[in-house]
Amino acid sequence: MTTNTLIKNGKAAAALLAGGIGALTLGLMTTLGEAVPTFGSALNWYNPAGPLSGKTTVAVLVWLVSWVILNNQWKDKDVNFDKIATLALILLLVGILFTFPPFFELFVSE
Amino acid sequence: MQITYRELWGTLHGLIFGGLFLLSFSGGLFALYSLRPEWLTSEGINEKISKLKVWVWSMAAIVWATVLSGTYIVYPWYRAKPPEGTTDLSQFPRSLLLSNPTTAEWHKFGMEWKEHVAWVAPIAATVVAYVIAIYGPQLIKEPKIRKALANFFIVAFAAAAVAGVLGAFITKAAPIH
Repeated sequence: MTTNTLIKNGKAAAALLAGGIGALTLGLMTTLGEAVPTFGSALNWYNPAGPLSGKTTVAVLVWLVSWVILNNQWKDKDVNFDKIATLALILLLVGILFTFPPFFELFVSE
Repeated sequence: MQITYRELWGTLHGLIFGGLFLLSFSGGLFALYSLRPEWLTSEGINEKISKLKVWVWSMAAIVWATVLSGTYIVYPWYRAKPPEGTTDLSQFPRSLLLSNPTTAEWHKFGMEWKEHVAWVAPIAATVVAYVIAIYGPQLIKEPKIRKALANFFIVAFAAAAVAGVLGAFITKAAPIH
């Protein structure tokens, strides 16, 4: 007789929320990079690609680090999945909003 | 008939990698949607999950290839600054677009949005692939997780579609040769 152990929903929640955090970080890097020129210049980690290299690398690092941390916290737990999945989706969409030029240009001084 | 090295990479980035991701989306979403106990036998579930894992990991790999080739291979050619005094800007797409008020928005709006929003797609697609791989057949009993994954999948597609459509228009206005 075999027993199937169900995986707790914490692993899925951690992956989703980390994805939302990664997307939000990308959006924040985009808007900050445009609004604060010195910040944008500091993100120029690979000159041929310009500040895009730093913005995306920071976003990917924050995504992966937050994923590891959240997964360690939640992997063996059942969490409030609805709430976390909704928050993750909101962060994902807010991240996209922050990459939208008419939005981030609101913060760019002439 | 000929294609330059840069045109080849532009085609690989946008048409092959990007196009494949967009084309494969509907199949992945439908497979995820159809993971329902009332629609599948237990044998069918295992077979479907195995194929879906390969499908979504392939999609994630393809969309990573799209953004990495775009950011680190094609985009540097797009944004290269022309030497002082250059009058023919055809080799410098960004400068070419900005040199004319009727095309400047393709850079200021189009490329500015495309280059950033595209990166949401690999993040979201990887999350979807990972959760499907980890949960496997258990997903059949997890409608909330399936719904959350579908939402992420749709956002990944939307981000990639925005980037793809803008990329097509920008390439038409100022191609990379």
